[in-house]
Amino acid sequence: MADTVQENATHKTETLLGADELVLNMGPQHPSTHGVLRVKLKLDGERVVGSECVIGYLHRGVEKIAENRSYQQFAPYVDRMDYVAAVSNGLGYCEAVEKLLMVEAPPRARVIRTILTELQRIASHLLWLGTHALDIGALTPLFYCMREREEILKIFEKYCGARLTTHAFRIGGLQYEAYDTLEKDVERFCRSFEARIQEYSDLLTGNSIWIGRTRNVGLLNAADCIAMGASGPVLRASGVKWDLRKAMPYAAYDQYKFEIPIGTHGDTYDRYIVRIEEMRQSRLICLQAIESTPAGPIMARVGKVLKPPPGEVYHSIESPKGILGYYVVSDGGTQPYRVRIRPPSFINLQALDKMIRGHLVADVVAIIGTLDIVLGEVDR
Amino acid sequence: MAEQPKAPQSPESSQSKETGASPQPSAGGASAAPPAKPAAAPPPPVQAPLDSELARRYRERFGGAILDALEDRKQPILIVDSAHLFEIARYSRDLEKFSLLEDYTAVDWPRREKRFDLVAQLYSFTYNTRLRLKASLAATDAADSLVQIWPAANWLEREIYDLFGVVFRGHPGLKRILLPEEWQGHPLRKDYDILQQDTAWVRENLGIESGQ
Repeated sequence: MADTVQENATHKTETLLGADELVLNMGPQHPSTHGVLRVKLKLDGERVVGSECVIGYLHRGVEKIAENRSYQQFAPYVDRMDYVAAVSNGLGYCEAVEKLLMVEAPPRARVIRTILTELQRIASHLLWLGTHALDIGALTPLFYCMREREEILKIFEKYCGARLTTHAFRIGGLQYEAYDTLEKDVERFCRSFEARIQEYSDLLTGNSIWIGRTRNVGLLNAADCIAMGASGPVLRASGVKWDLRKAMPYAAYDQYKFEIPIGTHGDTYDRYIVRIEEMRQSRLICLQAIESTPAGPIMARVGKVLKPPPGEVYHSIESPKGILGYYVVSDGGTQPYRVRIRPPSFINLQALDKMIRGHLVADVVAIIGTLDIVLGEVDR
Repeated sequence: MAEQPKAPQSPESSQSKETGASPQPSAGGASAAPPAKPAAAPPPPVQAPLDSELARRYRERFGGAILDALEDRKQPILIVDSAHLFEIARYSRDLEKFSLLEDYTAVDWPRREKRFDLVAQLYSFTYNTRLRLKASLAATDAADSLVQIWPAANWLEREIYDLFGVVFRGHPGLKRILLPEEWQGHPLRKDYDILQQDTAWVRENLGIESGQ
């Protein structure tokens, strides 16, 4: 995939207009690549015939840092990967280390984790929806989405003091007990949110410009998704009814009823429908969770200095972007021997080349948007 | 690789952990050890030999190429000969239905004769199970690329090459992915210090003395 640009360079006379192919650099400073992504596009007229992603502009060596920090010290770093879904990152890391330590967070902690993580999924999807619509030319949804996202960030702020990189969870459970009106705030948000989703739907779902720009754009079938490792809404939009929250439940997901929305074509429109529906499902999970929050401790018995027995563990969660996995190796010391992070954005981005071939340059913007990548996570 | 618990006891990792963080845990270690003990006192068997149908099938088919089968915290691991990794991977996808290569990475154990562990996390949609394949590789060896089996391996192998310097035979375009192409060194190797950098590259391309 990576060398396709060179490959195509060898037979360049095949273009439709008989002209030479054009190489166009998109990014790394381009507003619609959602960060510092650079895509080298090989064009025939306005049609894409090949591409290469150049990434790494945001590489901070997170995995190296992990080997030089204690287990707890590393926890805030994971928030900086997918910084629009920091709570999900934290959940994955904390649960992975808990598995390594062979401890389990208490039920109350697991339920509060679930509530916050689902709110985070809604917030992440909202930011995606707003910017994705903006990329395609619809300005209004962004303001609506930011309005609702603000309410979620306010709940986070009330809970832990931070809005974006929250570091909401600790290894073994939670640092903070839920504040007094958490349930009420979540309920108020969820009650009002149903009508808000309808607003987005009214603006976009039946909008003929929206359909024209997204239907049959960036097709990816189920077999290709699995072969390339694409996960999350991208996989589900291709018709695979699979969600880690159901397949291998973690946190408190096994206690709640929710549906896995799927698409049929695997195009940009389907991915839009899937994410919209996922927000509805996340809302339902939150409502179920606040109804029966168990009482009890919020922290398991873990020492101040964590020394997991030598060995290794792999744990993955369904982050808003897809499978977020942590492979943690312990040598018995106080610092991880190795932490490998399986970033969903990085692996989903691999499918970009296949999805944009044959499309117009304007569609590339739509397809990058529909993959919902966060470069902080791609580059780590 | 079964000696994994043994290896760490040698202070091999001390050099890579000489950051400001290290004195802190050792200072707190004395005071915090007692509360940590009750949880860790009756140590349950962390690693055990893997005795399952799956392991038996692999052993039957590949014999000596399956070096070990074990379970770590209830997660099945097959340790395989790196020379046979490709065919074992293909069998895993085609007959054991591990259609998803969830992750592919490496771990550096510089004291071992074969210093790199290649680690592949497989997932089967059919059976909703996971399997971890591990293969050790000497620094001078090359591994067979798995891109033909799982196209997902493309960028993952480029990342391993970039950060560990492991070479993959038959990869369609093996070059650095996260670091600049002219960068010298492989940062996730244990002998690459956390403060280390390619000073010449930084000076030339960024026009500053240090990226730190």
